[in-house]
Amino acid sequence: MAKIVIDGNEIEVPDHYTLLQACEAAGAEVPRFCFHERLSIAGNCRMCLVEVKGGPPKPQASCAVGVRDCRPGPNGEPPEVLTKSAMVKKAREGVMEFLLINHPLDCPICDQGGECDLQDQAMAYGINKDRFVENKRAVVDKYIGPLVRTKMTRCIHCTRCVRFTTEIAGISELGLLGRGEDAQISTYMEKALTSELQGNVIDLCPVGALTSRPYQDTARPWELNKTESIDVMDAVGSNIRVDARGREVMRIMPRLNEAVNEEWISDKTRFVWDGLRTQRLDQPYVRKNGKLLAAGWNEAFEAIKTKIADIKPARIGAIAGDLSSVEDMFALKSLMGMIGSKNFDCREPGNVTDPANGRASYLFNTTIDGIEESDALLIIGSDPRIEASILNARIRKRSKKGDYPIGVVGEVSDLRYNYTSLGAEAGIVKDLLSGKNKFVSKLKRAKKPMIIIGQSALNRSDSEALLKNAAELAVQVKAVSKDWNGFNVLQMAASRVGGLDIGFVPPAGGNATAAIMESSDLTFLLGADELDMSSLKGFVVYIGTHGDRGAHRADVILPASTYTEKSGIYVNTEGRVQMGNRAAFAPGDAKEDWAIIRALSAALDNALPFNSLGQLRDLVFAEYPHLAQFDSIDKSDIADITALASKTGKITKQPLTSAVKDFYLTNPIARASRVMAECSALARDQGGELMDAAE
Amino acid sequence: MLQDKDRIFTNIYGIHERSLKGAIARGQWDGTKGFVDQGRDWIIDQIKGSGLRGRGGAGFPTGLKWSFMPKESDGRPSYLVVNADESEPGTCKDRDIMRHDPHILVEGCLIAGFAMGAHHCYIYVRGEFVREREALQRAIDECYEAGLIGKGNKHGWDYDIVVHHGAGAYICGEETALLESLEGKKGQPRLKPPFPANVGLYGCPTTVNNVESIAVTPTILRRGSSWFNAFGAERNSGTKLFSISGHVERPCTVEEAMSIPFRELIETHCGGIRGGWDNLLAVIPGGSSVRCVPGADIVDCPMDFDSLMAHKSGLGTAAVIVMDKSTDIVRAIARLAYFYKHESCGQCTPCREGTGWMWRVLTRMVDGRAEKKEIDMLLEVSKQVEGHTICALGDAAAWPVQGLITHFRGEIERRIDEYSYRSTSDGAVSDKVLEAAE
Repeated sequence: MAKIVIDGNEIEVPDHYTLLQACEAAGAEVPRFCFHERLSIAGNCRMCLVEVKGGPPKPQASCAVGVRDCRPGPNGEPPEVLTKSAMVKKAREGVMEFLLINHPLDCPICDQGGECDLQDQAMAYGINKDRFVENKRAVVDKYIGPLVRTKMTRCIHCTRCVRFTTEIAGISELGLLGRGEDAQISTYMEKALTSELQGNVIDLCPVGALTSRPYQDTARPWELNKTESIDVMDAVGSNIRVDARGREVMRIMPRLNEAVNEEWISDKTRFVWDGLRTQRLDQPYVRKNGKLLAAGWNEAFEAIKTKIADIKPARIGAIAGDLSSVEDMFALKSLMGMIGSKNFDCREPGNVTDPANGRASYLFNTTIDGIEESDALLIIGSDPRIEASILNARIRKRSKKGDYPIGVVGEVSDLRYNYTSLGAEAGIVKDLLSGKNKFVSKLKRAKKPMIIIGQSALNRSDSEALLKNAAELAVQVKAVSKDWNGFNVLQMAASRVGGLDIGFVPPAGGNATAAIMESSDLTFLLGADELDMSSLKGFVVYIGTHGDRGAHRADVILPASTYTEKSGIYVNTEGRVQMGNRAAFAPGDAKEDWAIIRALSAALDNALPFNSLGQLRDLVFAEYPHLAQFDSIDKSDIADITALASKTGKITKQPLTSAVKDFYLTNPIARASRVMAECSALARDQGGELMDAAE
Repeated sequence: MLQDKDRIFTNIYGIHERSLKGAIARGQWDGTKGFVDQGRDWIIDQIKGSGLRGRGGAGFPTGLKWSFMPKESDGRPSYLVVNADESEPGTCKDRDIMRHDPHILVEGCLIAGFAMGAHHCYIYVRGEFVREREALQRAIDECYEAGLIGKGNKHGWDYDIVVHHGAGAYICGEETALLESLEGKKGQPRLKPPFPANVGLYGCPTTVNNVESIAVTPTILRRGSSWFNAFGAERNSGTKLFSISGHVERPCTVEEAMSIPFRELIETHCGGIRGGWDNLLAVIPGGSSVRCVPGADIVDCPMDFDSLMAHKSGLGTAAVIVMDKSTDIVRAIARLAYFYKHESCGQCTPCREGTGWMWRVLTRMVDGRAEKKEIDMLLEVSKQVEGHTICALGDAAAWPVQGLITHFRGEIERRIDEYSYRSTSDGAVSDKVLEAAE
């Protein structure tokens, strides 16, 4: 700890603090543009100048000077910093004037207007006159992709975007070109950024130089209703803020959660919102003579009731999709219980994660925050960049600190950090176990090794064996101990852990997904679209939001709500329980999923025992108390992993191929989004170009 | 006048043999082993005792700078980097050392490198200096062949020298920008602290010295620090290369004792001012980055760091730019402002935005197309740039402008008056008014 006097108040701060942090700790506000807690220090905007007594007779950039760089006074007095002196005021006014002389006066038409750092700080620290009579600089706008719109004349050269893309996203595609007043932020060759995290530069840009292209000129920040919620595009459970105007979601922004997404979100999370408006199911449909015709709710329920009367409960099944909330699945499970069927599942066909193996067998036990503590990593059959971009950024963060061996088994692309590719054959896991593959020694040497097993390893005929071997390896390299759990399953569906937690898997005697599809005469699909619909036999009731695969196959469609239109509990891949909130209302006649199921149960003359979401939640919490512990993770039992390791199974020769074909099109909302389609096409084209170049 | 026997640079005009043979004949590489044998501390003490101040412009005591280097390595190597990116307008001393007397620099590199525990030396040569680089490289190759440097050399201190060719950016003469450029990155100054002696080239302890500072060290050791200290005023000791350009009869680069009065320097070596002393308008005494001094003030001023500082100017690199009364002083400073606008790296706000602003205002003032209140505004803008930037380029851009306004405000006002007198109400200069004026 070091003592320092700031504006006359003596405080004690940690040695590694910069003057800017120390000033903030003392409650003194210091304006800044280029400084950002999560990026390297550039010190180039010069807005954070403060006066350091006893130092050189000029103001110092407080973001770049450490507390320990300040010399104590002649009698050992703590160094003194002034943030409100005449020198500081003058310096800030000067810098602000320089920033504004070439900044266009287009605030009225700028998307950043109202939430612009430059606007705010010009009000607080600028002067109210304009002495600059020369021509202002104009800069040509750059195309950097369909997501980020540029207005480069507004740029103040803080280089936050450059530092973000190189340091956190791990791409060297953006830079400061040229010098002096001709310096420009550019990709040099006009081309779209390739990062899945690029949208974050919009939040980082302190002015309106980088803004959201899809949101372009559509709304002003002060007319939006802001709702804090949880993202469902992947199983990370990024904390988001949904900004809506009336019924329409206008944009999605990240929310700070150090344990999960820090302050970043992936592009799919941020830009998927236009998919919430298109292809929506806004009224019930019933198939008549092979054609889906619009119907009323009663008509739809009647059709189901008529059908269900002739079918034995054992021939009825239910499959929950990737975006369902815990309440929805609990309601559907209750409905199946009422009907008397054991055929329900929330997993894709062949998936072997099973709550019977204990909670630790399907969670990302290390936790996302825990990645930073780990000191070696083995990835089996997972492409974290695609399956969980934010989690991948954490791995990169850890990797950047150095001394972090990463081995990958499986077919993986550029992960944005260096790793050793151990090969794609599944048998390599066996080699690691036997010590034939030398990478295992690095895991053994590590104090806190991590093993991640992901989507491509979980959807195979030999998944059970792979899971067992991964667990065995974790035990062998001492990745599981009393205070460290390095065995991780990387889930990809937002609903999955919640579904497994409430046991939305067939009990003994029940059918799993593949069998339900094959042999049911009536199947409820709760937003389940990621299935091969051609193998789905029988009558299909689709409860969902978009006219996607499930709706096309359905015989009765019951229109439901998306994640922004309902309050729901989601459990992320770590097992963290979080609650999303309603930001807007569902279109047309669409209702919340739990309410549809409740109404259906009444139509089937056996009403489920809840009349409100509150009552439903009480039932959930009574049965699964850990789900009432929001924002925390119920500690999992490492005995589950040792038990998993002692199972049997044989790994096949098949290579571990990528499970996710297209990052941008993994769910019905994304498939309905024009922006995601554009990104997907672009990613395909750029991939094609690379292939061409390689040839 | 400095006597020939006291000259350190004995071949600055290239009239003698430039090869190793010639250098040895002139006394270079003599007793170098002896200096190495006496140890680092002895060398640093000698340099400290000589009072040598850095010749690159800032005038920081060289011996003190060397002593900041770690005595014991923490595992990281130490580096000596020689700044041969001589780009300051008016300065042309280092290029003469490199092309005519390169061996004295190579010898200095070995001694300085040894004194700071460095086995590697990089010499960063300005992009435009092609012949200079070739001459320097030839000298280094000769020394390698003769076993004076390199692995297992005669001096018992393994030493490698690499000549790196810059690409011609002025900012790369700033020590940390130079290090960035040397590392293969864009030449943008780093934040200080940490200083290069702590975290320099490739994150290792590094000292960056000017060519001349390094080149004088062998002679200081050979002749003793008191010999060097005997020249010049107190705290401004030694001999110094002056590059005198502009309106003198014979512009030249010459080695002289520090603190030589301006008049003596010009009379002895340059044949006086063009058109006589009455024709002297102003002098920029230290390369373009210092404030100009009116002729009358500088005539009897000793040419050293402290005396010129008293005139709010500086010795800088001792590149004396002499301007007689035929000079359009406003235009001259406007041209300098353009130089700084062109060479600003664009990293930090005041310099990026301020240099262009100052240049544009000055350009208008050349014609008188300005208002008188803009003179004070320009001065204020220059003060807003000065001292608020990461590196000293901001200061360097501000000082010439401040010098102009301090000493030649009347000239600017005269032009503004003249322009507005000639102009019509809409601001255009009418031919008829012009004719009437004539």
